[in-house]
Amino acid sequence: MKKEGKEYIWKDYQKEIAEDKYFYVRSCVRQNFFPGSEWAFQKILREELKKDLFENAAHTSCTGIGYHTEIVPFETMMTVVARQFALMTEAGYEHFVSSCITSFGIYSEILETWEHFPETEARAHQYLKEATGRDFIKPKNLAHTGDIIYKFRKEIVAKGKYRLVHHQTGEPLKIVEHIGCHYSKMFPHRGIGGAEYPYVLVGMIEDWGGKVVDYPERRHCCGFGFRQYIVRANRGYSIACSRKKFESMEPYHPDAILTNCPGCPMFLDRWQYAISEMEGKTYGENGHGIPVLTYEELAGLVLGYDPWDLGLQVHQVPVEPLLDKIGIPYDPSKKFLGKDGRDLGRPEAPHFLKFYKES
Amino acid sequence: MKKDKWGYGIHPDRQIDLDNANLSLLELVRQSEPSYNLCIACGSCAATCTAGNLTTISLRRINIYLQRGMIKELREEIRRCMLCGKCYLACPRGVNTRHVIIAIHEALKATGYEEL
Repeated sequence: MKKEGKEYIWKDYQKEIAEDKYFYVRSCVRQNFFPGSEWAFQKILREELKKDLFENAAHTSCTGIGYHTEIVPFETMMTVVARQFALMTEAGYEHFVSSCITSFGIYSEILETWEHFPETEARAHQYLKEATGRDFIKPKNLAHTGDIIYKFRKEIVAKGKYRLVHHQTGEPLKIVEHIGCHYSKMFPHRGIGGAEYPYVLVGMIEDWGGKVVDYPERRHCCGFGFRQYIVRANRGYSIACSRKKFESMEPYHPDAILTNCPGCPMFLDRWQYAISEMEGKTYGENGHGIPVLTYEELAGLVLGYDPWDLGLQVHQVPVEPLLDKIGIPYDPSKKFLGKDGRDLGRPEAPHFLKFYKES
Repeated sequence: MKKDKWGYGIHPDRQIDLDNANLSLLELVRQSEPSYNLCIACGSCAATCTAGNLTTISLRRINIYLQRGMIKELREEIRRCMLCGKCYLACPRGVNTRHVIIAIHEALKATGYEEL
């Protein structure tokens, strides 16, 4: 196909992302899993890109986890989401930005439902009015925080101190990208590249100097699926999904895994430890694991933020091998110090997975 | 291995990888009974199977096991066939299904997977 034809078709796979003035809602789990990610997003938006990012402390969980485990009914979830939109309306914002892929899927599902069933939207207005006395206007633009970083990826690398290349050889680092299932598999037109060619993380990796690893199980679920891990007896299925991906990507020797969902980095990171304890198997170089990062953490590294300020010390798989390849300096003695300089203590080292970098 | 510690293990992978599947039996059956190549997997054989009313046997499932190289499952399944041949009468493509079963037994024996 001619290049012009490809470019013409590719236009159908793009989505509109607002330029500025965002109403920001957090994930309910990311701050526990990867505590520096949302901090980094706010810092990048406000201090590096000089954007207007507003957050209301009164916003809540979207109830997505409860919805997907059939604890929270749709009507309840819809009313909670309507309240989030009401907070945005009251603050005078129109562009809604969600930090969580599950939430992004929930907001997309509700907006799509309201578009096709206006009577359901009318009920949401009624329920919210009865419950809280509030009213709302639907957001003009819905984006995931990864979309925002993608939109400004060139500005980030222009301001950045590091690129995703080996600082000694100059070779691009091999990065596995993993897209959260709820990003574009449910509503393809709401994701960059749709369900077929999700480009949001690829764009970041390529523009920041790295090389994307294409491997057979690239689009396989990470194993986070709610029913797979909430019930303990089902977790063997969750970890089997992650292992399938690790086994598939291992021959390509990836330097890191980049994700855009709260659950994917959690499970791709922690399950590497669990698999090593269960089977003695590790997937990185020399007994290490494959470091797993969120896009905010990677953007923070590119911008030269301190790895420990980004919360990389709470990763189960140590990130030091990646930092060494990029040439990012870090102080090992400060890895487990709190923000006030207090020693937080060292976690118990795994039996097989190398946790502390060998000097 | 460490299930006691964790409360769960890693579920075994059930992926059918046709690049690595053992299709030796399938080839032997195709050579022994060429009409097998006419099968359209309609399931008429399984629907009319007398043994299928009394046991879990399904000739359609046997067909799938054979084509996926799932020899262990195949070996268990064909033991339930009474060789009555009713499936042969029902087959719209004229596949000699009775002989397919015999051919599978012979192939299992020839490949050392099982004595007839």
